Amino acid sequence: MAQLPCIVIVGAGQAGARAALTLRERGWAGRVLLVGEEAHAPYERPPLSKRSLLTPEAAATLVAEVSRYAQDGIELQLQTRVLSIDTAARCVTLAHGDDAPEIVHYSKLLLATGGKARRLDLPGADDARVMTLRHANDATRLATRLGPGSTVAVLGGGFIGLEVAASARQRGSEVVLLEAGPRLLGRAVPADIAGLVHALHAARGVDIRLLDSVSAFEPASASGRITVRCASGTTIAVDTVVIGIGMVPEVSLATAAGLQVRRGIVVDSTLRTSADDVYAAGDVCEFPNHEGTGTTVMESWANAEAQAVVAARNMMGDAEAYRPDLWMWSDQYDHGLQMAGRCIEPSHVVTRVLPGGQLAFYLDAEERIVGAAGFAPTASLARAFTVARRLVATQERRRPAELGDPERALKSLLAA
Amino acid sequence: MSNWIDVCALDDIDDEDVMRFDHAGKTYAVYRVGEAVYATDGLCTHEQVHLCDGLVMDHVIECPKHNGRFDIRTGKALGAPACIHLATHPAKVEGGRICIAC
Repeated sequence: MAQLPCIVIVGAGQAGARAALTLRERGWAGRVLLVGEEAHAPYERPPLSKRSLLTPEAAATLVAEVSRYAQDGIELQLQTRVLSIDTAARCVTLAHGDDAPEIVHYSKLLLATGGKARRLDLPGADDARVMTLRHANDATRLATRLGPGSTVAVLGGGFIGLEVAASARQRGSEVVLLEAGPRLLGRAVPADIAGLVHALHAARGVDIRLLDSVSAFEPASASGRITVRCASGTTIAVDTVVIGIGMVPEVSLATAAGLQVRRGIVVDSTLRTSADDVYAAGDVCEFPNHEGTGTTVMESWANAEAQAVVAARNMMGDAEAYRPDLWMWSDQYDHGLQMAGRCIEPSHVVTRVLPGGQLAFYLDAEERIVGAAGFAPTASLARAFTVARRLVATQERRRPAELGDPERALKSLLAA
Repeated sequence: MSNWIDVCALDDIDDEDVMRFDHAGKTYAVYRVGEAVYATDGLCTHEQVHLCDGLVMDHVIECPKHNGRFDIRTGKALGAPACIHLATHPAKVEGGRICIAC
């Protein structure tokens, strides 16, 4: 009897799980093997720095109900490591605990191995109180360390750092945030919006220190605290340090298998790697950007979702080019921060005042809306930004005066 | 027999819009499209987010968080990330007031 064709997915995170589910939705009749190292069923990461810290007893946000995998005939193998990939023989070697390794042949292979939190190579950085936040277990551990009377140093003024700072303040911890750059969110968010974010954190009591970084961690004696020695010469004694300085794509398997790897696993526009029948999606995937000017590794929920769907279709025989959904959000306190499209080097910026915040549109020389960024209380931003995303997606051309007019309902601009 | 609950005046909700309504420990989303009204559970089935902050267009509510989309007439989930349908509740307009049956 001929063996059923088998699609093996390495990595049971957002991208891996979404790809598996999509294969079944699209009618794939062969085997689907979804392999993950963690003990948890596939979960969403965005809540780890927010809800998981604020209400630790809340259940994880799962990509799908656990029962769905069995219903869909998806073989979900948790706590399973992939030891190696043999692209010539089209097989992977799996290790379940202490069992003898198992060899599985694939017809298509998807690498959705994600990444690991970037650490600091500094004296004392291996102290257990110096943490990163990437996995559900990290959030569980961090959550137990927050609360009135505790002090947290957050290293990095990017999305993760700011979300952790907000959650820690909401739990009652004292928070010091160190950012090496001249402003918060310097990598991804326009300065005007980042300024609003800064003001909110300062108002909520976060001690923000720009242009400063850590030179060493020193275990202090009696207090049980750890001393953060800063480049500026100051020292801060804290109970917990959270490093939020980005992630490193997990490429070791791909590298060992001889795939083309730069920062991430390099793919073409259809998400195929350099090896036949091997695809990549999610945080680990380095794909050609749609401007044709280079490649990108995009760490976002929306990217993991959308790439997984395209990879699944293409593994079933399509050759769809991936167009990234340039959209990201962050939740801090009761505020939302959202960005869509390209917000850098616009010809014009049109700012629209929202209750408690603002929404900025970025226009090119032809007054096409190429990007949007907003920061405001969630209830005020969410709906406005849904409209903004649509305007950005189709690069609508609108007069700046209309866009910025607070009397003009934003929704009416969709049909204009 | 359903128990009709008074929500608000029809004109309290803009055309093609949604409002949150809390009753007896539950939260609902109440919609108006022209003279027609609809009601569903108030929280997205994907990640417990209030749908009242979302956008209504062409009988579809889009969740403000992850853009899970639902048909407000049937509660049908219209694609990932929302996979679970939204519960709907009877709704009517009587004497210019919106009522729903919880």
